[in-house]
Amino acid sequence: MKGCGKLELGRRQFLRNGLGAVGGAAAAAVPVPAAAGGRSGYPAQVLANLRDLAVNVPRDIHYPDTGSPGVVVKLGAAVPGGVGPDGDIVAYSTLCPHKGYPLAYAASDKTLNCPGHFSRFDAEKEGQQVWGHATQNLAMFRLALRPNGDIAAVGVDELIYGRIGNVLES
Amino acid sequence: MTYKTGVDELPIPPADAKVHNVTCDFCIVGCGYKAYTWPVDRHGGRPAERNAFGTDLGRQQPPDSAAWMSRSMTNIVRQDGRLVHLAIVPDQDCVVNGGLNSVRGGRMAETRYSEQTGTMTARLTHPMVWRYSQMMPSSWDDSLSLAADVTRRVIEEMGEDGVVVSAFDHGGAAGGYENTWGTGKLYFDALTVKNIRIHNRPAYNSEVHASRDMGVSELNNCYEDAELADTFFVVGANPLESQTNYFLAHWLPNLRGETLDKKRQLLAAEPHAPAKAIIVDPRRTVSVNACEAAAGRENVLHLAINPGTDLALLNALLTEIVARNWQAADFITRHTRGFGEAVPANRMSVEEAAAITGLRPEDIRTAARWIGEPKPGGAARRTMLAYEKGLIWGNDNYRTNAAIVNLALATHNIGREGTGCVRLGGHQEGYVRPSDAHVGRPAAYVDQLLIGGQGGVHHVWAVDHFKSTLNAEEFRRVYRRRTTLVKEAMDSVPYGDRSRQLDAIMAAIRAGGLFSVVVDILPTQIGEAAHVWLPAATAGEMNLTSMNGERRLRLTERYMDPPGEALPDCLIAARLANALEVSFRKAGDAARAGRFAGKFDWRSEEDAFLDGYHRHADGGALVTYDRLRAMGTNGVQEPVLGYEDGRLRGTQRLYGDGTFKTEDGRARFLAAPWRGMQIAARRRQQEAHAFLINNGRANLVWQNAFYDVHLPFVRERMPVAPIELNPEDMRRLGLAAGDLVEVYNETGSTQAMAYPTPTAKPGQAFMLFIAPTGQVGNIIGKETNELGIPNYKNVWADIRRIGRAPGADAMSFKPIDYPLAG
Repeated sequence: MKGCGKLELGRRQFLRNGLGAVGGAAAAAVPVPAAAGGRSGYPAQVLANLRDLAVNVPRDIHYPDTGSPGVVVKLGAAVPGGVGPDGDIVAYSTLCPHKGYPLAYAASDKTLNCPGHFSRFDAEKEGQQVWGHATQNLAMFRLALRPNGDIAAVGVDELIYGRIGNVLES
Repeated sequence: MTYKTGVDELPIPPADAKVHNVTCDFCIVGCGYKAYTWPVDRHGGRPAERNAFGTDLGRQQPPDSAAWMSRSMTNIVRQDGRLVHLAIVPDQDCVVNGGLNSVRGGRMAETRYSEQTGTMTARLTHPMVWRYSQMMPSSWDDSLSLAADVTRRVIEEMGEDGVVVSAFDHGGAAGGYENTWGTGKLYFDALTVKNIRIHNRPAYNSEVHASRDMGVSELNNCYEDAELADTFFVVGANPLESQTNYFLAHWLPNLRGETLDKKRQLLAAEPHAPAKAIIVDPRRTVSVNACEAAAGRENVLHLAINPGTDLALLNALLTEIVARNWQAADFITRHTRGFGEAVPANRMSVEEAAAITGLRPEDIRTAARWIGEPKPGGAARRTMLAYEKGLIWGNDNYRTNAAIVNLALATHNIGREGTGCVRLGGHQEGYVRPSDAHVGRPAAYVDQLLIGGQGGVHHVWAVDHFKSTLNAEEFRRVYRRRTTLVKEAMDSVPYGDRSRQLDAIMAAIRAGGLFSVVVDILPTQIGEAAHVWLPAATAGEMNLTSMNGERRLRLTERYMDPPGEALPDCLIAARLANALEVSFRKAGDAARAGRFAGKFDWRSEEDAFLDGYHRHADGGALVTYDRLRAMGTNGVQEPVLGYEDGRLRGTQRLYGDGTFKTEDGRARFLAAPWRGMQIAARRRQQEAHAFLINNGRANLVWQNAFYDVHLPFVRERMPVAPIELNPEDMRRLGLAAGDLVEVYNETGSTQAMAYPTPTAKPGQAFMLFIAPTGQVGNIIGKETNELGIPNYKNVWADIRRIGRAPGADAMSFKPIDYPLAG
């Protein structure tokens, strides 16, 4: 990768420190198979079942394909965009929409935080950037609850970092 | 509901997209970008060979990818009359930012004028004049001849002191070498205007008079010095928010220890460690927090001083360093004067300073050690001293500025790698003008002249006093009254009868009226009072040169058309000058007409550059647009010294040879003893009111939010500008997050939206400076220092609830600080 050595150093350092471990897949360009459904639509993909989710404990997921990491979390109180019986289940991309560094979930105040440049996004406000360098709010995965308790992602409401379009194709 | 762009796929620049060099429009750092343009009906493709990034866009890109852009980095604009896609993407090959974008610069594309996407359709597109009781579209010839005729009549009756000017003097968009030269030549050569002020203060004066008097230009190091420093000593600055990518790309790696290899390579003869940081600020800023996150709390000293006491601290640090014999004796002897007098004059013991500043004596001693103690083995420590508006617009500007330069000189922290005594800066710079010596020192206090009924015509260039001045309530009140007198007079006579119009306008001016001409890119608040609006082009709509905080000169290339008939400011100045020549000639005053003749025949901004920078700047003769274009987004650091092998050669840092900008080349120490709060009224104010109303910039908005008020992404975070308040203070005042509050004192009142801030000290609030939805200037009294510099920072007021801020319920009010471990 061409570019500024010092910035690469910065990235290596925080990856080494293990902050936001979901970033493994983001550290290098990885080929991604064409998503089911192709560019005409987002795939529907089960992320978790209601019984898997404990309040305020994020689960790592990927959507709409394995190159795009995210989290699903049950926040404990209804929020805008939340699904489930309590209206409190949300899912977000964890690639910071500034420079693609892996966001870490802070259970203390239910935010997603970038260890690279300190941007912060509110998981209770549809990914609103509380402070930071991204020129957009965080991509939120649209969720649907199925009768068996499965929580499926069915779309994305904002551009995901590192993509010219959210649904990749070869 | 949180704002989303509604876009999940972007147009792809094709492999043959045009590429233009761009330096960010906004802050002093001047990050490098590339503007890609391509016809609106052509598309690149995801395979690497089909797009301008040369990257397989069918894959997920890694962090720091040069091939990713957000929606905000794209738009559809006109270029040479044709619709094109535009993408303005941070440039990884630029040594300033290494591919980083701030939340401001990353939105450059969406702050362009686009009839297709609807962005910035508020832009001024045609001249407008007051006629038939409202602002009406007009032609350049009509609007300029009216402005020129009124200006001539005022000069005939009142002399040139009747012409009052407010004008930018900086770089970046709304400035640059072309436009400061254009306006400068009009007012300081063709005219000799002395009643002139700058965009953010009420007079034509330096913010760093003391540093210059001492022979030290205020931008004397390079950004690489922040990678090499042992210690950052920061006074009244918040670089993570105000010089974002300087901090992220150059300070942060040093604080994290990532530049150790570079230090060992470049400075092999001494030991190295990750940098430490001392930050002097009453407020715990996100910069303090980020330094702690990067370097560990043990390597960061936040000196949360009592407001306005910086001078006592700086003098105590000097006193302590000299007491320990840590001063650079050889350098002081060979390259300075006045050390022997300044040290006793400024003497302040650590204990005295502790009592004044509210700091612990041991913290002051630690700071002195981190600044001045030699490193293990005896090598001199490398401390970078950085300051900005907390010092510049704080108590006793001149002496406090002198005191930090004293400290830097005493420790020889100027002109060596890893050092510097620098302001961090706001805008980029771009100043070349004819001599301003006639303005005098202290310069005229322009706002007070206008309030006092003086002046007949006011030319306003990209300045909005209604937002960006002190004593703003009275200023607005008087300005509206005076300009309304003229509007009513104009309404009394048919517009097409110029002779009677002029007589009516002049009669109103004699009766206390004021004629106002505003040049800007967007409607402004002061513009509501004006009689003529002239639409200006901005960077990218014209070629524009500026330098950044390490004096790095770049050319931003024109990549799109200005909206409507808008023109570069330099060409507006030229056309106004030519209209004045015509007006004087018609009136039979050949002598005055002759002062304009032959000076303003520029056909392009490049002509203004060649007339101004090329002929008058230090090293300017070596610089042309073509040569700058070839230097790309890295440009060249001023002063330019040579041109060899197709490349301009510049100056990495100043004063490396110990020769300073004085007649004898020796820097001067200055006596700058502590004298308490310089403005007596502020002492009384502090006793009378419950809250310090500190104020400054916030990350999300640029300057007075002239673009940001039009963008939903920003508006949802600032439906009304926030005021940071301690949660316990809010409880006591009965305030909830998002409540609208009135901030009031004996000078005036204003409004803001309560934002609970656990790190705010009780009794210390912080507002956005020059916010469009609540001007802190309303509550700042008119008093200035001896050279006309306001103390915007040390202001006290009371706070009460007046309602709920519209839009607040959709906002997140969580703390802005990154959560620290442990």
